Amino acid sequence: MPQLSPELERRLTAAVDRMPAFPKSVQTILAMTRDSNCLPKQLVGVIEKDPVMTLRILRVINSAYYALPNKIGSVGQAVVYLGLNTIKNLALACAAAGALPRFHTDFFDSQQYLLHSLAVASLARLLCEKHTRSEADPGDCYVAGLLHDFGKVVFAHTMAAEFTLALGIAAQEGKPLYLAEQEVIGADHAFVGALLAKKWQFGEALVACIRDHHAADVAPQAMLDCLRMADAICRKQSIGAAGNPWREEEMAELPTRFGSDLDAVVAGFGDLNKHLAEAQTFAQIGIGERG
Amino acid sequence: MRVKMWGVRGSIPSPGPRTVRYGGNTTCIEVRSDEDRLIILDAGTGIFPLAQSLLARLPVEANIFITHTHWDHIQGLPFFVPLHIPGNVVRIHGAFDLITQQGVEHVMNVQLQYSYFPIREAELKAAVEYLTLTVGEPVRVGDATVTPILMNHPVTNLGYRIECNGKALFFTGDHEPWRNIYAPEDPPWAEYQALIEQRQADLDAAIGPVDLLIVDAAYTVAEYPQKIGWGHGTFDTGLELARRTGARRLLCTHHEPTRSDDELERVFAEALARHPDPGCEVMLAYEGLEITL
Repeated sequence: MPQLSPELERRLTAAVDRMPAFPKSVQTILAMTRDSNCLPKQLVGVIEKDPVMTLRILRVINSAYYALPNKIGSVGQAVVYLGLNTIKNLALACAAAGALPRFHTDFFDSQQYLLHSLAVASLARLLCEKHTRSEADPGDCYVAGLLHDFGKVVFAHTMAAEFTLALGIAAQEGKPLYLAEQEVIGADHAFVGALLAKKWQFGEALVACIRDHHAADVAPQAMLDCLRMADAICRKQSIGAAGNPWREEEMAELPTRFGSDLDAVVAGFGDLNKHLAEAQTFAQIGIGERG
Repeated sequence: MRVKMWGVRGSIPSPGPRTVRYGGNTTCIEVRSDEDRLIILDAGTGIFPLAQSLLARLPVEANIFITHTHWDHIQGLPFFVPLHIPGNVVRIHGAFDLITQQGVEHVMNVQLQYSYFPIREAELKAAVEYLTLTVGEPVRVGDATVTPILMNHPVTNLGYRIECNGKALFFTGDHEPWRNIYAPEDPPWAEYQALIEQRQADLDAAIGPVDLLIVDAAYTVAEYPQKIGWGHGTFDTGLELARRTGARRLLCTHHEPTRSDDELERVFAEALARHPDPGCEVMLAYEGLEITL
Protein backbone atom coordinates (compact mmCIF):
# COMPACT_ATOMS: atom_id res chain seq x y z
CA MET A 1 0.00 0.00 0.00
CA PRO A 2 1.56 3.31 -1.03
CA GLN A 3 1.74 6.08 1.54
CA LEU A 4 -0.67 8.94 1.36
CA SER A 5 0.97 12.26 0.62
CA PRO A 6 0.86 14.71 3.54
CA GLU A 7 -1.04 17.12 1.31
CA LEU A 8 -3.74 14.55 0.52
CA GLU A 9 -3.97 13.54 4.17
CA ARG A 10 -4.42 17.17 5.19
CA ARG A 11 -7.04 17.65 2.50
CA LEU A 12 -9.04 14.59 3.55
CA THR A 13 -8.89 15.46 7.26
CA ALA A 14 -10.01 19.03 6.62
CA ALA A 15 -12.83 17.75 4.44
CA VAL A 16 -14.23 15.61 7.22
CA ASP A 17 -14.10 18.59 9.61
CA ARG A 18 -16.56 20.37 7.35
CA MET A 19 -18.48 17.37 6.09
CA PRO A 20 -22.24 17.67 6.63
CA ALA A 21 -24.30 14.74 7.82
CA PHE A 22 -26.88 12.81 5.82
CA PRO A 23 -30.06 14.73 4.92
CA LYS A 24 -32.40 12.51 6.90
CA SER A 25 -30.43 12.89 10.13
CA VAL A 26 -30.06 16.63 9.65
CA GLN A 27 -33.79 17.11 9.11
CA THR A 28 -34.72 14.83 11.99
CA ILE A 29 -32.27 16.36 14.44
CA LEU A 30 -33.40 19.88 13.61
CA ALA A 31 -37.06 18.90 13.97
CA MET A 32 -36.57 16.93 17.18
CA THR A 33 -34.51 19.57 18.94
CA ARG A 34 -37.18 22.20 18.42
CA ASP A 35 -39.09 20.31 21.09
CA SER A 36 -37.36 20.59 24.45
CA ASN A 37 -39.23 17.49 25.57
CA CYS A 38 -37.79 15.24 22.88
CA LEU A 39 -36.73 11.96 24.39
CA PRO A 40 -32.98 11.42 24.80
CA LYS A 41 -33.20 7.91 23.42
CA GLN A 42 -34.87 9.18 20.25
CA LEU A 43 -32.12 11.72 19.73
CA VAL A 44 -29.45 9.08 20.25
CA GLY A 45 -31.39 6.80 17.90
CA VAL A 46 -30.98 9.31 15.08
CA ILE A 47 -27.36 10.25 15.75
CA GLU A 48 -26.22 6.64 15.86
CA LYS A 49 -27.69 6.03 12.41
CA ASP A 50 -25.57 8.71 10.78
CA PRO A 51 -21.95 7.80 10.04
CA VAL A 52 -20.81 11.44 9.83
CA MET A 53 -22.44 12.55 13.09
CA THR A 54 -21.22 9.43 14.84
CA LEU A 55 -17.63 9.78 13.78
CA ARG A 56 -17.55 13.48 14.60
CA ILE A 57 -18.82 12.77 18.11
CA LEU A 58 -16.37 9.91 18.61
CA ARG A 59 -13.63 12.14 17.36
CA VAL A 60 -14.40 14.84 19.92
CA ILE A 61 -14.77 12.54 22.88
CA ASN A 62 -11.62 10.58 22.11
CA SER A 63 -9.57 13.76 21.89
CA ALA A 64 -6.77 14.23 24.35
CA TYR A 65 -8.66 16.76 26.48
CA TYR A 66 -10.72 14.04 28.08
CA ALA A 67 -7.93 11.52 28.59
CA LEU A 68 -10.56 8.86 29.16
CA PRO A 69 -9.39 5.52 30.55
CA ASN A 70 -11.04 3.61 27.71
CA LYS A 71 -11.66 4.66 24.15
CA ILE A 72 -15.26 5.60 23.54
CA GLY A 73 -16.71 3.54 20.73
CA SER A 74 -20.43 4.32 20.67
CA VAL A 75 -22.80 7.26 20.77
CA GLY A 76 -24.41 5.83 23.92
CA GLN A 77 -21.06 5.81 25.70
CA ALA A 78 -20.42 9.35 24.48
CA VAL A 79 -23.72 10.45 26.04
CA VAL A 80 -22.71 8.96 29.38
CA TYR A 81 -19.41 10.83 29.34
CA LEU A 82 -20.37 14.14 27.76
CA GLY A 83 -24.01 14.44 28.71
CA LEU A 84 -26.96 14.49 26.38
CA ASN A 85 -27.01 18.25 25.93
CA THR A 86 -23.43 18.34 24.67
CA ILE A 87 -24.12 15.47 22.28
CA LYS A 88 -27.26 17.27 21.11
CA ASN A 89 -25.28 20.43 20.45
CA LEU A 90 -22.54 18.53 18.64
CA ALA A 91 -25.21 17.00 16.43
CA LEU A 92 -26.78 20.43 15.91
CA ALA A 93 -23.40 21.90 14.96
CA CYS A 94 -23.06 19.08 12.46
CA ALA A 95 -26.60 19.68 11.20
CA ALA A 96 -25.92 23.40 10.88
CA ALA A 97 -23.25 22.59 8.29
CA GLY A 98 -26.10 21.63 5.98
CA ALA A 99 -26.91 18.26 4.52
CA LEU A 100 -24.47 16.05 2.67
CA PRO A 101 -25.06 16.60 -1.04
CA ARG A 102 -26.25 13.49 -2.78
CA PHE A 103 -23.47 11.68 -4.58
CA HIS A 104 -25.04 9.64 -7.33
CA THR A 105 -23.42 7.80 -10.21
CA ASP A 106 -24.27 4.58 -12.02
CA PHE A 107 -22.28 2.64 -9.45
CA PHE A 108 -22.68 4.54 -6.16
CA ASP A 109 -25.49 6.36 -4.45
CA SER A 110 -25.06 7.93 -1.05
CA GLN A 111 -28.50 6.81 0.16
CA GLN A 112 -27.75 3.23 -0.84
CA TYR A 113 -24.42 3.63 0.94
CA LEU A 114 -26.27 4.73 4.08
CA LEU A 115 -28.55 1.71 3.91
CA HIS A 116 -25.54 -0.57 3.38
CA SER A 117 -23.73 0.94 6.38
CA LEU A 118 -26.79 0.69 8.64
CA ALA A 119 -27.54 -2.86 7.56
CA VAL A 120 -23.94 -4.01 8.06
CA ALA A 121 -23.99 -2.29 11.46
CA SER A 122 -27.18 -4.07 12.54
CA LEU A 123 -26.04 -7.47 11.32
CA ALA A 124 -22.55 -7.11 12.81
CA ARG A 125 -24.20 -6.39 16.18
CA LEU A 126 -26.52 -9.35 15.74
CA LEU A 127 -23.69 -11.71 14.81
CA CYS A 128 -21.78 -10.56 17.86
CA GLU A 129 -24.78 -11.13 20.13
CA LYS A 130 -25.40 -14.59 18.72
CA HIS A 131 -21.88 -15.90 18.22
CA THR A 132 -19.09 -13.88 19.84
CA ARG A 133 -20.54 -11.98 22.76
CA SER A 134 -17.81 -13.11 25.13
CA GLU A 135 -15.11 -11.86 22.77
CA ALA A 136 -16.49 -8.57 21.49
CA ASP A 137 -19.00 -5.90 22.40
CA PRO A 138 -22.17 -5.78 20.24
CA GLY A 139 -22.24 -1.97 20.40
CA ASP A 140 -18.65 -1.78 19.15
CA CYS A 141 -19.54 -4.13 16.29
CA TYR A 142 -22.45 -1.84 15.36
CA VAL A 143 -20.16 1.19 15.15
CA ALA A 144 -17.58 -0.79 13.17
CA GLY A 145 -20.32 -1.65 10.67
CA LEU A 146 -21.58 1.91 10.52
CA LEU A 147 -18.12 3.37 9.90
CA HIS A 148 -16.28 0.64 7.99
CA ASP A 149 -16.80 2.27 4.58
CA PHE A 150 -16.77 5.95 5.56
CA GLY A 151 -13.58 6.40 3.52
CA LYS A 152 -15.86 6.13 0.49
CA VAL A 153 -17.96 9.10 1.58
CA VAL A 154 -14.79 11.04 2.19
CA PHE A 155 -13.69 10.21 -1.37
CA ALA A 156 -17.11 11.08 -2.79
CA HIS A 157 -17.10 14.37 -0.90
CA THR A 158 -13.53 15.48 -1.63
CA MET A 159 -12.40 13.78 -4.85
CA ALA A 160 -15.58 12.97 -6.70
CA ALA A 161 -13.91 12.68 -10.12
CA GLU A 162 -11.26 10.20 -9.00
CA PHE A 163 -13.75 8.17 -6.99
CA THR A 164 -16.16 8.04 -9.93
CA LEU A 165 -13.32 6.80 -12.13
CA ALA A 166 -12.42 4.10 -9.60
CA LEU A 167 -16.06 3.00 -9.35
CA GLY A 168 -16.23 2.72 -13.13
CA ILE A 169 -13.03 0.68 -13.39
CA ALA A 170 -14.20 -1.68 -10.62
CA ALA A 171 -17.55 -2.21 -12.33
CA GLN A 172 -16.20 -2.62 -15.86
CA GLU A 173 -13.31 -4.88 -14.93
CA GLY A 174 -15.20 -6.78 -12.22
CA LYS A 175 -12.51 -6.14 -9.65
CA PRO A 176 -12.82 -5.14 -5.99
CA LEU A 177 -13.40 -1.42 -5.55
CA TYR A 178 -10.50 -1.06 -3.13
CA LEU A 179 -8.05 -2.20 -5.83
CA ALA A 180 -9.49 0.32 -8.29
CA GLU A 181 -9.20 3.04 -5.63
CA GLN A 182 -5.56 2.14 -5.09
CA GLU A 183 -4.93 2.48 -8.82
CA VAL A 184 -6.69 5.80 -9.25
CA ILE A 185 -6.31 7.56 -5.90
CA GLY A 186 -3.19 5.85 -4.57
CA ALA A 187 -4.97 4.62 -1.46
CA ASP A 188 -8.19 2.76 -0.81
CA HIS A 189 -11.16 3.68 1.40
CA ALA A 190 -10.15 1.20 4.12
CA PHE A 191 -6.67 2.69 4.39
CA VAL A 192 -7.94 6.27 4.40
CA GLY A 193 -10.76 5.49 6.85
CA ALA A 194 -8.34 3.81 9.24
CA LEU A 195 -5.81 6.59 8.86
CA LEU A 196 -8.39 9.18 9.88
CA ALA A 197 -9.79 6.98 12.67
CA LYS A 198 -6.28 6.55 14.06
CA LYS A 199 -5.56 10.24 13.76
CA TRP A 200 -8.73 10.91 15.78
CA GLN A 201 -7.62 8.43 18.42
CA PHE A 202 -10.47 5.97 17.95
CA GLY A 203 -10.02 2.65 19.73
CA GLU A 204 -7.44 0.30 18.22
CA ALA A 205 -10.01 -2.42 17.51
CA LEU A 206 -12.20 -0.01 15.54
CA VAL A 207 -9.21 1.30 13.57
CA ALA A 208 -8.17 -2.29 12.80
CA CYS A 209 -11.68 -3.20 11.65
CA ILE A 210 -11.84 -0.29 9.24
CA ARG A 211 -8.31 -1.01 7.97
CA ASP A 212 -8.69 -4.77 7.55
CA HIS A 213 -12.26 -5.29 6.42
CA HIS A 214 -11.05 -6.30 2.94
CA ALA A 215 -7.95 -8.15 4.11
CA ALA A 216 -8.42 -11.87 3.51
CA ASP A 217 -5.20 -12.92 5.22
CA VAL A 218 -5.74 -11.29 8.61
CA ALA A 219 -5.99 -13.47 11.72
CA PRO A 220 -9.51 -14.19 13.04
CA GLN A 221 -10.75 -11.58 15.45
CA ALA A 222 -14.28 -11.44 16.81
CA MET A 223 -15.18 -7.84 15.97
CA LEU A 224 -13.58 -7.96 12.52
CA ASP A 225 -15.12 -11.34 11.76
CA CYS A 226 -18.60 -10.04 12.63
CA LEU A 227 -18.02 -7.00 10.43
CA ARG A 228 -16.71 -8.98 7.46
CA MET A 229 -19.52 -11.53 7.65
CA ALA A 230 -22.18 -8.81 7.98
CA ASP A 231 -20.64 -6.96 5.03
CA ALA A 232 -20.65 -10.16 2.94
CA ILE A 233 -24.29 -10.91 3.76
CA CYS A 234 -25.46 -7.42 2.88
CA ARG A 235 -23.50 -7.37 -0.37
CA LYS A 236 -24.58 -10.89 -1.39
CA GLN A 237 -28.21 -10.08 -0.59
CA SER A 238 -27.94 -6.60 -2.18
CA ILE A 239 -29.10 -4.83 0.95
CA GLY A 240 -28.03 -1.30 0.13
CA ALA A 241 -24.90 -0.85 -1.94
CA ALA A 242 -21.54 0.81 -1.61
CA GLY A 243 -20.01 0.42 -5.05
CA ASN A 244 -18.52 -3.00 -4.47
CA PRO A 245 -20.85 -5.79 -5.65
CA TRP A 246 -20.48 -9.27 -4.22
CA ARG A 247 -18.11 -11.65 -6.06
CA GLU A 248 -18.56 -15.36 -5.46
CA GLU A 249 -14.81 -15.91 -5.05
CA GLU A 250 -14.98 -13.89 -1.83
CA MET A 251 -16.75 -16.85 -0.26
CA ALA A 252 -13.43 -18.60 0.29
CA GLU A 253 -12.01 -15.60 2.14
CA LEU A 254 -14.74 -15.29 4.76
CA PRO A 255 -14.15 -15.94 8.47
CA THR A 256 -14.91 -19.53 9.34
CA ARG A 257 -16.22 -19.13 12.88
CA PHE A 258 -19.81 -18.80 11.64
CA GLY A 259 -19.57 -21.95 9.50
CA SER A 260 -18.97 -22.24 5.79
CA ASP A 261 -22.54 -21.79 4.63
CA LEU A 262 -23.42 -18.12 4.38
CA ASP A 263 -27.06 -18.88 3.64
CA ALA A 264 -27.26 -20.92 6.82
CA VAL A 265 -25.92 -17.97 8.81
CA VAL A 266 -28.63 -15.80 7.28
CA ALA A 267 -31.26 -18.43 8.00
CA GLY A 268 -30.10 -18.43 11.63
CA PHE A 269 -31.27 -14.83 11.93
CA GLY A 270 -34.87 -15.80 11.26
CA ASP A 271 -36.69 -13.00 9.49
CA LEU A 272 -33.88 -10.80 8.20
CA ASN A 273 -36.26 -7.98 7.38
CA LYS A 274 -37.26 -7.76 11.02
CA HIS A 275 -33.67 -7.05 11.99
CA LEU A 276 -33.18 -4.56 9.20
CA ALA A 277 -36.52 -2.78 9.44
CA GLU A 278 -35.14 0.17 11.36
CA ALA A 279 -32.25 0.64 8.94
CA GLN A 280 -34.52 0.33 5.94
CA THR A 281 -37.07 2.75 7.33
CA PHE A 282 -34.40 5.31 8.11
CA ALA A 283 -32.71 5.04 4.72
CA GLN A 284 -35.92 4.77 2.70
CA ILE A 285 -37.48 7.84 4.26
CA GLY A 286 -34.31 9.62 3.28
CA ILE A 287 -34.75 8.52 -0.31
CA GLY A 288 -38.37 9.68 -0.36
CA GLU A 289 -37.55 13.09 1.06
CA ARG A 290 -34.79 13.58 -1.46
CA GLY A 291 -37.58 14.17 -3.93
CA MET B 1 -6.31 23.70 54.24
CA ARG B 2 -8.94 26.32 54.89
CA VAL B 3 -12.19 26.69 52.99
CA LYS B 4 -14.51 29.69 52.91
CA MET B 5 -17.84 29.84 51.13
CA TRP B 6 -18.48 33.13 49.31
CA GLY B 7 -21.40 32.10 47.10
CA VAL B 8 -23.75 29.19 47.73
CA ARG B 9 -26.75 29.96 45.53
CA GLY B 10 -27.48 28.22 42.25
CA SER B 11 -28.59 29.60 38.92
CA ILE B 12 -29.10 33.30 39.69
CA PRO B 13 -28.17 35.70 42.47
CA SER B 14 -30.98 35.80 45.00
CA PRO B 15 -30.50 38.69 47.44
CA GLY B 16 -33.17 39.83 49.83
CA PRO B 17 -34.59 39.26 53.27
CA ARG B 18 -35.67 35.67 52.50
CA THR B 19 -32.10 34.55 51.78
CA VAL B 20 -30.10 36.72 54.11
CA ARG B 21 -28.94 33.93 56.45
CA TYR B 22 -27.57 31.61 53.77
CA GLY B 23 -26.80 34.26 51.19
CA GLY B 24 -27.80 35.09 47.64
CA ASN B 25 -24.49 35.12 45.75
CA THR B 26 -23.78 32.43 43.18
CA THR B 27 -21.03 29.87 43.48
CA CYS B 28 -17.60 30.86 44.72
CA ILE B 29 -15.38 28.97 47.16
CA GLU B 30 -12.05 30.17 48.52
CA VAL B 31 -9.52 27.49 49.39
CA ARG B 32 -6.24 28.31 51.10
CA SER B 33 -3.49 25.73 51.13
CA ASP B 34 -1.32 25.21 54.18
CA GLU B 35 1.23 27.62 52.75
CA ASP B 36 -1.58 30.09 51.96
CA ARG B 37 -1.77 29.55 48.22
CA LEU B 38 -5.07 30.93 46.95
CA ILE B 39 -7.35 28.61 45.00
CA ILE B 40 -10.78 29.87 43.98
CA LEU B 41 -13.41 27.40 42.85
CA ASP B 42 -15.79 29.14 40.44
CA ALA B 43 -16.38 32.78 39.77
CA GLY B 44 -20.04 33.34 40.48
CA THR B 45 -21.07 36.64 42.07
CA GLY B 46 -19.56 35.49 45.35
CA ILE B 47 -16.14 36.24 43.88
CA PHE B 48 -16.83 39.97 44.19
CA PRO B 49 -16.88 40.11 48.02
CA LEU B 50 -13.95 37.66 47.99
CA ALA B 51 -12.06 40.08 45.74
CA GLN B 52 -12.72 42.92 48.19
CA SER B 53 -11.21 40.85 50.97
CA LEU B 54 -8.03 40.33 48.95
CA LEU B 55 -7.28 44.00 48.36
CA ALA B 56 -5.75 44.56 51.77
CA ARG B 57 -2.81 42.34 50.86
CA LEU B 58 -1.40 42.93 47.40
CA PRO B 59 -0.08 41.58 45.14
CA VAL B 60 -2.55 38.78 44.67
CA GLU B 61 -1.67 35.46 43.09
CA ALA B 62 -4.97 33.74 42.42
CA ASN B 63 -5.62 30.34 40.89
CA ILE B 64 -9.20 30.24 39.69
CA PHE B 65 -10.67 26.88 38.70
CA ILE B 66 -13.91 27.10 36.74
CA THR B 67 -16.13 24.02 37.03
CA HIS B 68 -18.16 25.00 33.96
CA THR B 69 -19.18 28.01 31.98
CA HIS B 70 -22.82 28.54 32.92
CA TRP B 71 -23.40 32.13 34.00
CA ASP B 72 -23.83 31.47 37.70
CA HIS B 73 -20.27 30.11 37.80
CA ILE B 74 -18.50 32.79 35.75
CA GLN B 75 -20.46 36.03 35.92
CA GLY B 76 -18.39 37.49 38.73
CA LEU B 77 -15.12 37.02 36.86
CA PRO B 78 -14.94 40.46 35.20
CA PHE B 79 -15.54 41.92 38.67
CA PHE B 80 -12.63 40.08 40.22
CA VAL B 81 -10.90 43.31 41.09
CA PRO B 82 -7.33 41.92 41.23
CA LEU B 83 -7.60 41.52 37.43
CA HIS B 84 -7.57 45.30 37.17
CA ILE B 85 -4.52 45.95 39.35
CA PRO B 86 -0.96 45.74 38.00
CA GLY B 87 1.36 43.28 39.70
CA ASN B 88 -1.28 40.63 40.35
CA VAL B 89 -1.23 37.20 38.74
CA VAL B 90 -4.51 35.49 37.91
CA ARG B 91 -4.47 32.00 36.49
CA ILE B 92 -7.79 30.82 35.10
CA HIS B 93 -8.20 27.07 34.75
CA GLY B 94 -11.08 25.24 33.11
CA ALA B 95 -12.29 22.79 30.54
CA PHE B 96 -11.98 22.71 26.79
CA ASP B 97 -15.29 23.71 25.19
CA LEU B 98 -16.34 20.99 22.80
CA ILE B 99 -18.89 22.97 20.89
CA THR B 100 -16.84 26.09 20.26
CA GLN B 101 -13.57 24.10 20.19
CA GLN B 102 -11.94 26.71 22.40
CA GLY B 103 -10.01 26.56 25.62
CA VAL B 104 -10.90 28.25 28.90
CA GLU B 105 -9.97 31.69 27.50
CA HIS B 106 -13.44 31.50 25.95
CA VAL B 107 -14.87 32.42 29.38
CA MET B 108 -13.29 35.86 29.25
CA ASN B 109 -13.64 36.36 25.51
CA VAL B 110 -17.38 35.97 25.80
CA GLN B 111 -17.82 38.28 28.77
CA LEU B 112 -15.39 41.07 27.92
CA GLN B 113 -17.17 42.25 24.83
CA TYR B 114 -18.17 45.83 24.15
CA SER B 115 -21.87 45.13 24.59
CA TYR B 116 -21.49 43.41 27.92
CA PHE B 117 -18.56 44.95 29.77
CA PRO B 118 -16.73 48.25 29.37
CA ILE B 119 -13.20 46.91 29.71
CA ARG B 120 -11.51 44.88 27.00
CA GLU B 121 -9.36 41.91 27.79
CA ALA B 122 -6.30 43.76 26.51
CA GLU B 123 -6.94 46.41 29.17
CA LEU B 124 -6.72 44.04 32.12
CA LYS B 125 -3.80 45.11 34.29
CA ALA B 126 -2.95 41.82 35.99
CA ALA B 127 -0.94 39.09 34.34
CA VAL B 128 -3.70 36.71 33.23
CA GLU B 129 -2.93 33.14 32.27
CA TYR B 130 -5.37 30.65 30.82
CA LEU B 131 -4.79 26.99 31.49
CA THR B 132 -7.07 24.55 29.73
CA LEU B 133 -7.16 21.38 31.77
CA THR B 134 -6.96 17.76 30.76
CA VAL B 135 -9.43 15.59 32.64
CA GLY B 136 -7.73 13.60 35.36
CA GLU B 137 -4.39 15.39 35.01
CA PRO B 138 -3.41 17.02 38.33
CA VAL B 139 -2.29 20.64 38.51
CA ARG B 140 0.15 21.72 41.19
CA VAL B 141 -0.59 24.94 43.08
CA GLY B 142 2.23 25.37 45.58
CA ASP B 143 1.77 22.72 48.24
CA ALA B 144 -1.68 21.76 46.91
CA THR B 145 -2.70 19.53 44.03
CA VAL B 146 -5.90 20.07 42.08
CA THR B 147 -7.28 17.22 39.97
CA PRO B 148 -10.13 17.86 37.50
CA ILE B 149 -12.74 15.11 37.24
CA LEU B 150 -15.40 14.93 34.53
CA MET B 151 -18.92 15.16 35.99
CA ASN B 152 -22.42 15.13 34.46
CA HIS B 153 -24.07 18.41 33.51
CA PRO B 154 -25.58 19.88 30.32
CA VAL B 155 -22.18 21.47 29.61
CA THR B 156 -18.77 19.98 30.37
CA ASN B 157 -18.38 20.28 34.14
CA LEU B 158 -15.20 19.51 36.03
CA GLY B 159 -15.34 18.55 39.67
CA TYR B 160 -12.13 19.36 41.56
CA ARG B 161 -10.29 17.26 44.09
CA ILE B 162 -7.85 19.33 46.11
CA GLU B 163 -5.19 17.68 48.25
CA CYS B 164 -2.76 19.31 50.59
CA ASN B 165 -0.52 17.57 53.11
CA GLY B 166 -2.75 14.57 53.60
CA LYS B 167 -6.05 16.47 53.66
CA ALA B 168 -8.47 16.42 50.75
CA LEU B 169 -11.67 18.04 49.58
CA PHE B 170 -13.83 17.54 46.54
CA PHE B 171 -16.23 19.98 44.93
CA THR B 172 -18.66 18.59 42.39
CA GLY B 173 -19.53 21.84 40.69
CA ASP B 174 -22.92 21.17 39.12
CA HIS B 175 -23.64 17.49 38.85
CA GLU B 176 -26.60 15.23 38.26
CA PRO B 177 -26.09 11.53 38.84
CA TRP B 178 -26.37 9.54 35.61
CA ARG B 179 -29.73 8.11 34.62
CA ASN B 180 -30.64 5.53 32.05
CA ILE B 181 -32.15 7.22 29.00
CA TYR B 182 -33.87 3.96 28.03
CA ALA B 183 -36.84 2.22 29.61
CA PRO B 184 -36.15 -1.28 31.00
CA GLU B 185 -38.05 -2.83 28.10
CA ASP B 186 -35.86 -1.09 25.49
CA PRO B 187 -33.10 -3.38 24.12
CA PRO B 188 -30.23 -0.96 24.87
CA TRP B 189 -31.29 -0.55 28.52
CA ALA B 190 -28.97 -3.16 30.03
CA GLU B 191 -25.89 -2.01 28.13
CA TYR B 192 -26.55 1.62 29.04
CA GLN B 193 -27.20 0.69 32.65
CA ALA B 194 -23.87 -1.11 32.84
CA LEU B 195 -22.18 1.98 31.42
CA ILE B 196 -23.64 4.37 33.94
CA GLU B 197 -22.93 2.03 36.85
CA GLN B 198 -19.31 1.81 35.73
CA ARG B 199 -19.19 5.56 35.33
CA GLN B 200 -20.57 6.08 38.84
CA ALA B 201 -18.09 3.58 40.28
CA ASP B 202 -15.22 5.35 38.48
CA LEU B 203 -16.37 8.71 39.83
CA ASP B 204 -16.69 7.38 43.40
CA ALA B 205 -13.16 6.00 43.14
CA ALA B 206 -11.80 9.26 41.73
CA ILE B 207 -13.37 11.27 44.56
CA GLY B 208 -12.22 8.82 47.21
CA PRO B 209 -12.64 9.40 50.92
CA VAL B 210 -12.25 13.13 51.49
CA ASP B 211 -12.29 15.32 54.57
CA LEU B 212 -14.83 17.62 52.95
CA LEU B 213 -17.24 16.85 50.13
CA ILE B 214 -19.04 19.87 48.69
CA VAL B 215 -21.99 18.85 46.54
CA ASP B 216 -24.62 20.31 44.28
CA ALA B 217 -27.81 19.61 46.23
CA ALA B 218 -30.15 21.93 44.40
CA TYR B 219 -33.34 19.94 44.61
CA THR B 220 -35.42 17.87 46.91
CA VAL B 221 -36.40 14.33 45.99
CA ALA B 222 -39.95 15.56 45.36
CA GLU B 223 -38.80 18.35 43.03
CA TYR B 224 -36.37 16.25 41.04
CA PRO B 225 -38.79 14.48 38.64
CA GLN B 226 -39.63 17.88 37.14
CA LYS B 227 -35.95 18.72 36.76
CA ILE B 228 -34.50 15.60 35.18
CA GLY B 229 -31.71 16.44 32.79
CA TRP B 230 -31.18 19.93 34.21
CA GLY B 231 -27.85 18.77 35.60
CA HIS B 232 -28.31 19.00 39.36
CA GLY B 233 -28.41 16.66 42.30
CA THR B 234 -30.61 16.39 45.34
CA PHE B 235 -29.84 16.40 49.06
CA ASP B 236 -30.36 12.65 48.94
CA THR B 237 -27.94 12.02 46.05
CA GLY B 238 -25.37 14.09 47.93
CA LEU B 239 -25.87 12.06 51.07
CA GLU B 240 -25.58 8.83 49.10
CA LEU B 241 -22.39 10.00 47.39
CA ALA B 242 -20.87 10.93 50.76
CA ARG B 243 -21.71 7.52 52.18
CA ARG B 244 -20.34 5.61 49.19
CA THR B 245 -17.09 7.53 49.11
CA GLY B 246 -16.59 7.65 52.87
CA ALA B 247 -16.53 11.44 53.16
CA ARG B 248 -15.94 12.78 56.67
CA ARG B 249 -18.01 15.90 56.18
CA LEU B 250 -20.66 16.82 53.61
CA LEU B 251 -21.50 20.37 52.64
CA CYS B 252 -24.64 20.92 50.56
CA THR B 253 -24.61 23.91 48.24
CA HIS B 254 -26.07 25.38 45.02
CA HIS B 255 -29.25 26.26 46.87
CA GLU B 256 -32.31 26.62 44.71
CA PRO B 257 -32.78 30.37 44.10
CA THR B 258 -36.48 30.48 45.00
CA ARG B 259 -35.90 28.75 48.33
CA SER B 260 -36.04 30.97 51.41
CA ASP B 261 -33.79 30.35 54.38
CA ASP B 262 -36.65 28.80 56.33
CA GLU B 263 -37.65 26.57 53.44
CA LEU B 264 -34.04 25.54 52.93
CA GLU B 265 -33.75 24.46 56.54
CA ARG B 266 -37.05 22.62 56.33
CA VAL B 267 -36.19 20.57 53.23
CA PHE B 268 -32.73 19.90 54.60
CA ALA B 269 -34.22 18.56 57.82
CA GLU B 270 -36.56 16.36 55.80
CA ALA B 271 -33.64 14.94 53.83
CA LEU B 272 -31.74 14.22 57.04
CA ALA B 273 -34.81 12.52 58.45
CA ARG B 274 -34.68 10.15 55.48
CA HIS B 275 -31.01 9.49 56.26
CA PRO B 276 -30.94 9.38 60.05
CA ASP B 277 -27.45 7.89 60.09
CA PRO B 278 -25.60 9.66 57.26
CA GLY B 279 -22.17 8.43 58.36
CA CYS B 280 -20.64 11.89 58.38
CA GLU B 281 -21.27 15.42 59.50
CA VAL B 282 -23.71 17.12 57.11
CA MET B 283 -24.12 20.87 56.76
CA LEU B 284 -25.85 23.44 54.62
CA ALA B 285 -23.42 25.88 53.01
CA TYR B 286 -23.87 29.53 53.83
CA GLU B 287 -21.98 32.64 52.85
CA GLY B 288 -19.10 33.24 55.23
CA LEU B 289 -18.87 29.63 56.41
CA GLU B 290 -15.25 28.77 57.13
CA ILE B 291 -13.95 25.24 57.58
CA THR B 292 -10.42 24.22 58.46
CA LEU B 293 -9.32 20.76 57.42
